[in-house]
Amino acid sequence: MSNPLADMEKPDAILCIGTNMTECHPVAATRLKRAVAKGARLVVADPRRIPLADLAELYLPIRVGSDTALLLAMAHVIAEEGLVDEAFIAERTVGYQTLREHLRQFTPDWAAPICRVSPAHIAKAARIYAGAGRAAIYYTLGITEHICGVDNVQSLCNLALMTGNLGKEGAGINPMRGQNNIQGAGDCGALPVNFPGYQPCDDPEAAARFSQLYGREIAPERGITKVHALDLAAEGRMKAMLICGENTVVSDPDRNHCEHALRNLDHLVVVDLFPNETTALADVVLPATAWGETDGVYTNTERRVQRVRAAVPPQGDARPDWWIVSQLARRLGLAGFDYESAKDVFNELCSVSPTYAGLDWDRIDRGEYQWPVPDKDHPGTPILHRDGFKNGRGRFNMITYRDPAEVVDDEYPVWLTTGRRLEAYHTRTMSGRAAGMDYLLSEESLEVHPDDVATLGLVDGGFARVTSRRGSVVLRVRADDTSPRGTVFCSFSFGDVPVNVLTGGGYDPVTFTAELKVCPVRVEPAEPPA
Amino acid sequence: MTIDGQKVDFAPGETIYEVARRLDRDVPTLCYDPRLEPFGACRLCVVEIEGQARPVASCTTKATAGMVVRTVTDALEAHRRTLLELVISENRDSGDAFGAGTPAHVDPLRGASSQELSTLAARYRVRPGRHAGAHSGHSRRDDDNPFILRDYDLCISCYRCVRVCDEREGDHAIHVGGRGFESRILTEFEGHLADSSCTFCGQCVQTCPTGALADKKALRAVDLPGELTKTRTICPYCGVGCSVDIVTKGDRMVAVQPAFDGPANEGALCVKGQFAWDHVQHDERLRTPLVRGADGVQRPATWDEALDRAADGFRRAAAEHGAKAVYAIASGRAPHESAYTIQKFIRAGFGTNYIDNCSRA
Ligand code: SF4
Ligand code: SF4
Ligand code: FES
Repeated sequence: MSNPLADMEKPDAILCIGTNMTECHPVAATRLKRAVAKGARLVVADPRRIPLADLAELYLPIRVGSDTALLLAMAHVIAEEGLVDEAFIAERTVGYQTLREHLRQFTPDWAAPICRVSPAHIAKAARIYAGAGRAAIYYTLGITEHICGVDNVQSLCNLALMTGNLGKEGAGINPMRGQNNIQGAGDCGALPVNFPGYQPCDDPEAAARFSQLYGREIAPERGITKVHALDLAAEGRMKAMLICGENTVVSDPDRNHCEHALRNLDHLVVVDLFPNETTALADVVLPATAWGETDGVYTNTERRVQRVRAAVPPQGDARPDWWIVSQLARRLGLAGFDYESAKDVFNELCSVSPTYAGLDWDRIDRGEYQWPVPDKDHPGTPILHRDGFKNGRGRFNMITYRDPAEVVDDEYPVWLTTGRRLEAYHTRTMSGRAAGMDYLLSEESLEVHPDDVATLGLVDGGFARVTSRRGSVVLRVRADDTSPRGTVFCSFSFGDVPVNVLTGGGYDPVTFTAELKVCPVRVEPAEPPA
Repeated sequence: MTIDGQKVDFAPGETIYEVARRLDRDVPTLCYDPRLEPFGACRLCVVEIEGQARPVASCTTKATAGMVVRTVTDALEAHRRTLLELVISENRDSGDAFGAGTPAHVDPLRGASSQELSTLAARYRVRPGRHAGAHSGHSRRDDDNPFILRDYDLCISCYRCVRVCDEREGDHAIHVGGRGFESRILTEFEGHLADSSCTFCGQCVQTCPTGALADKKALRAVDLPGELTKTRTICPYCGVGCSVDIVTKGDRMVAVQPAFDGPANEGALCVKGQFAWDHVQHDERLRTPLVRGADGVQRPATWDEALDRAADGFRRAAAEHGAKAVYAIASGRAPHESAYTIQKFIRAGFGTNYIDNCSRA
């Protein structure tokens, strides 16, 4: 997030797009509700009538995968009606004139049939956002899990840059991170394109620095993404993999492909807490300590670097991940893995990362710092881009609209979109084992608009077979008008309903994020699974 | 202004209570939660202001220039004691199956604020029973939800639960019905919480000053021996990063309570962070390394065997097929130290950037 969570109570206008915040980030959503109670104007764009929609002044039920079109048309209105922040554009951006020309074609009338919302509503959304003193954007995977995920994010950046809503309180572009430490994994350099602290792998200087630090020549070139690595494994060109704390088989798109890829490896080592579909394929399974048994650090969605602490001893012979990996490294004869504690590891990270340079284990004891913290005297950076952008001026991006990788047709006439539910988390390895959670949500179901239930020949509470171009699953039907007609929804949290058998029709060409939010399917009545 | 003889500055809008708090004056409260709008119902926080005939509630009265305030006088203390006696007479010995007994003994497992009334009762040496009032009989022990015990015999109608649900959560799941001894906290249609708009975030439990709303999961550990210990940490679920305290008894994790001073959450939690913690000491945890034998079956192994085998496989893959035949996926759930060592393992071990994390899933 460019702005802190506390800022969520401060905007005058809020655009929530592709985020089911009350279910996925409930505590953040309470702040948003308070902002609305204080008078902030809320615009919600989401294919499903999520709980946030009921709080909104304007709810736009856009068709799945049409976000770019909506955002382009909003930008069009803002430009045409002169709702821009001229001073900000002049002082802090480049290329606005080009953008203006580019935007001419993307009228609300053009976007309306794509998004299936009225041109007037698109214009109204633009006016609410651009008309506010402080306007903030919040989004989640509903923006990124598309083949055009990067385009979507850049379209949001365009809106914020045009209206000067970056680098100030109560504004910004705020992706909400789904996992407790996904931000931290990136900060630490667990990325094919970045060393720790987001130093680019293809920058020869950075590569030279890390070659020196790690005592091994590291080629100044990008690695490959997980998606690509799994493809290579499926082709027999990737041979050995270390997977840590991820039930890849259940959580990744296109399950059959993924399972085949992992089986095809010569050597698979999995570090995890529980036996699962992925550990079952491993040659070696290493038991890790869990949350509550492990000292360490998480970074949250607002870049706040916080300590986690062990409260109970590990179960059985489980060990912390850093110990396990260091032992592996030492067996391969690698130097620099003589850590004695999580503190040693974290302090080394701080010493190699410019974003953490001012931090160390003791300084983050109370979680006061939001990175970047470039030196020991720095108070941290709750709001990004206050005094400028990393590369000088903010750059507008010339985005165009693309259809999803797969669109509905006669054979697969229904849009399936996937997401999370409040009471379950990911593949439920953790939340599914907590006493009482089944009381709230005991099984997955397919959310179908009541009018579609009959049209599709289904019965509320009965079963349906959902088939995509990759596979099919059977699950219970629940009539619910949260999803619009022609769109169905389910989560990926239940192992007995492997929704990832269906998804995976395409990937964003830049980030390789799978298009999990859009998957055309066929829905038919079915017998209950045996 | 002056409080108990001490001169003090205040910010515009600050209440007498807030200023007194800054001076470490220990003014008793019951209906007060710093996160909520002042309510002024319990009147325990009354103070005397020079020139005013009647004591005022310090939690609702704004500080003004020149004010001279006394927080402790014999009259105030007597008044507070009487109030507490009244309150406690409503909140009679409930003698419930969880061993909570009298208000003077409310198990701290019930919730983060559950000791407030019993602590005050002890401080003012108030014993239950002096005003033995009508037993309200409005417990909802029949509410079969697995998280929240509704034991309204202990309720003192401070409305903190209702207010936290309205003001902080925006869920409006509960309200108060009846008056005086008859008042109780209700859901829509007086039914069970599961049938209301309740999301089981547990905020009502954690603000309740009497234990009338209590953490059912925690109370399973009432009979476990050992002292309660709290360890400050961060919720392991979503990216909001709420601060929590893990509550332990000996080596057992028995509850999670919100940290009211957590920077991301200011005491708020959702159902996952509040109640979904018991995977940690679950029977199904992996407790020993496993290695696949020649027959294809995974069997328990020592760390040395398992690590040797794991290291061998990577060494062989790189030797036979090159450094680009090795890949690692770090976790977005494990702490930094996990991701950092894994990326270093790949870069230092194989000289590639063949590393990713699970953010793409
Ligand atoms: S249940 Fe607890 S918090 Fe709610 S009104 Fe009664 S005593 Fe107060
Ligand atoms: S308590 Fe809920 S909102 Fe807070 S970090 Fe945990 S899962 Fe996220
Ligand atoms: S705390 Fe002030 S009236 Fe209750």
